[in-house]
Amino acid sequence: MKIKSNYLMWAAALLPLLLFIFPLWKITLEAPQYPTPLGMYIHINDFTDANPHDIKNINLMNHYVGMKYIPEAIPEFKIFPAGIIITTLIGLFIAFKANYKWYLYWGILMIILSAAGLYDFYLWEHDYGHDLDPKAIMKFTNPDGSVMGFQPPLFGSKDILNFTAHSYPQPGAYSLGAGIALAFVAYFFGKKEKS
Amino acid sequence: MKKVHYIISGFLGLILMVTSCNTGGDKSNGALASSAAEKVYVAPGEHDEFYAFISGGFSGQLSVYGLPSGRLFKVIPVFSQDAEKAWGYNEETKPMLNTSYGFIPWDDSHHPDISQTNGEVDGRYIFINGNNTPRIAKIDLSVFETTEIIEIPNSAGNHSSAFVTENTEYVVAGTRFSVPIPQRDISIKEYKGNFKGTLSFISVDPEDGGMDLSFQVLMPGFDYDLAHPGRGASHGWMFFSSYNSEEASTLMEVNASQNDKDFIAAINWKKAEEYIASGQFETMPANYAHNVYSDETHTATSTMKKEVRVLDASKLDGLAYLLPTPKSPHGCDVDPTGEYIVGNGKLSADLTVHSFTKMLEAIENENYEGEAYGIPILNFEDVLAGTVNQAGLGPLHTEFDDKGNGYTTFFISSEVVKWKVGTWEVLDRAPCYYSVGHLMIPGGNSRKPYGKYVVAMNKITKDRYLPTGPEVTQSAQLYDISGDKMELLLDFPTIGEPHYAAGIAADIVKERSRKIFDLRENKHEYATTSDANVKVERNGKEVHVYMTMIRSHFNPDNIEGIKVGDKVYFHVTNLEQDYDVPHGISMIGANTSELLIMPGQTETFVWEPKQVGVWPFYCTDFCSALHQEMQGYVRVSPANSPLDLTWSLGED
Repeated sequence: MKIKSNYLMWAAALLPLLLFIFPLWKITLEAPQYPTPLGMYIHINDFTDANPHDIKNINLMNHYVGMKYIPEAIPEFKIFPAGIIITTLIGLFIAFKANYKWYLYWGILMIILSAAGLYDFYLWEHDYGHDLDPKAIMKFTNPDGSVMGFQPPLFGSKDILNFTAHSYPQPGAYSLGAGIALAFVAYFFGKKEKS
Repeated sequence: MKKVHYIISGFLGLILMVTSCNTGGDKSNGALASSAAEKVYVAPGEHDEFYAFISGGFSGQLSVYGLPSGRLFKVIPVFSQDAEKAWGYNEETKPMLNTSYGFIPWDDSHHPDISQTNGEVDGRYIFINGNNTPRIAKIDLSVFETTEIIEIPNSAGNHSSAFVTENTEYVVAGTRFSVPIPQRDISIKEYKGNFKGTLSFISVDPEDGGMDLSFQVLMPGFDYDLAHPGRGASHGWMFFSSYNSEEASTLMEVNASQNDKDFIAAINWKKAEEYIASGQFETMPANYAHNVYSDETHTATSTMKKEVRVLDASKLDGLAYLLPTPKSPHGCDVDPTGEYIVGNGKLSADLTVHSFTKMLEAIENENYEGEAYGIPILNFEDVLAGTVNQAGLGPLHTEFDDKGNGYTTFFISSEVVKWKVGTWEVLDRAPCYYSVGHLMIPGGNSRKPYGKYVVAMNKITKDRYLPTGPEVTQSAQLYDISGDKMELLLDFPTIGEPHYAAGIAADIVKERSRKIFDLRENKHEYATTSDANVKVERNGKEVHVYMTMIRSHFNPDNIEGIKVGDKVYFHVTNLEQDYDVPHGISMIGANTSELLIMPGQTETFVWEPKQVGVWPFYCTDFCSALHQEMQGYVRVSPANSPLDLTWSLGED
């Protein structure tokens, strides 16, 4: 059976839309007092509780060390969905009309945009973990005397005081990744079809 | 791994036997004891297999234990005020203890029974009777709180209660003390014929569990002691044991023990429903309280009901029959098949077992020995299924396992006796320390008992525990009944004096147990569900404080403008939405208990300041690392002070 490369590109362009259904990332906080860990899902347009009231309870924990409350909404919640819709439309247009080489360009564009998104996420995390209330109830310092930050990891697991924080991608992120990978596959198939 | 373990313990056992040859076989008890310890050991962090709900007797409460560990988890306040939980102290729960006699801070709680569906315990509710001021309480097992109490009119000493039919159609409440009905000023010597007993049937709404006193059956003036429902073929019948068929009213220990046989009263409640439907009841004026607590408003209301439907068993055919049963029967127990009704004649050495099939035949043939106040008395021999002969002294109560065996407590000979249903032979006996009253097998009052453990509840402990002055603990004993022989595993102390208990597989209950109350569903009249709504309002001398609490502060925590002579209502809402983060609050000099408020809940206490000054309040439940900082001040000014109310949090 022959796979037509533009069909693959169709699928590649549509896959990131799953981000509107599945979360992008999840941060989990484990501690002995939380046999059910606290958790927060990051969607492209929302923060949601892993279990009811988790975000409220994360905020309550974090206020002891002067961290800000996790906001109800951030500007990214408007920008990211728009970005996904626009790049999907571009992808579909390419699948419909353009030369297979454009599959590659679309894939590269998506990698750049995803990297920019991750960097933005890192900046927010850094600010969240370091911009602390000067009247914080408990102040901790690193061994070198600097103020201790509480930034959760971008990817992976990390011990922060009594908590172990886990930060891992979720099905939404995998869909985006699969879409990008598929664009490259489409590109190679396209190249084969030409030759 | 397990095999290795057995081999090693077998080997150890051998060594023990060899080394203990010259001191007799005593050491083998040590080996037994260690296996008993293993059977009741629930490792840290692990859960017990069963819940046991053990009545508090004169404590008025219901305590919750785990089996097989015997660990106490909670004492649920039911009929008695509990300052720890503000039960009967805060404004929300005071109405729960309202009766036709006014507010009563205590009762004697006896017989818990778990709600059933299709004859099996379903773990939705547990019912328990108040014996002294006749009442039935319902505990909702999603919150482990008493959510409904209904008073029983025309009753005194609500003892044959609170037993549940196989689809929780009814909870019954039979009177232990017969009284003049209606109450009136007559000589006690006129007892005979003038004093009556009532057997009440409280319906339970299948949807919301709401209780309603559906009807009462008016009976002769005996003492109705205990009861159990029919099941299977006998579903639709309720059996009540009785004593004092002599209708004595003085020196009862002698005068109520003269007749060779008293009665088990069989009540056909399906027939009663027919009489109700066809209007053959009398509506009697009455006055009784119906108290309902809501987990949405977190508040109880008390309503006085003014009438009750009464069916006179002396006049209505087919409603009641009397089964002669030797020697003042106490427990009246029905086996899992519903065929056998056991009369535990407490002044006898034998156990009488009646047959439901034979009873129906005798009724069919109208084979009556006589009648009492128009109620047919069946022939003893006609209904007798068998007798467990010379089983012990003073049988009180029987439960059943899932293998066709009965287990009966014998108070006087202080033992549990295991016997075979059908052959009536005694299979085993185990001593109790001391004077066992009742016993419980999880799921015991149902078609499907879990025949793994029996809990015996003893009336006397003497030297079994470290002494604590003249008053010593009450005690329960756990036996393994999974084998042919009963094996004593554990003694554990109990709250108050347990009279009965009910048990259920933990899995059925624990999944339904709520963790928090959702703040968004809080419909309390004075709830403050966000900090934006915090306020203090004055209405003449009444001041209402709308306060919130969350780790680790009150809002407001500074209040000024309160005056001597004010009546200050603190309506406090716990804004937490996390599992196991209650907060408490107490005010110096408040003539009431603390409040202990669960996440999402609102409770109210009243403070009437008597002295000018600045007075602190604080959180009474260690809630967080900043618990000690969770405190506040109220300024109290003279009665004529012009100071207006102000309140704040975090303002310097």
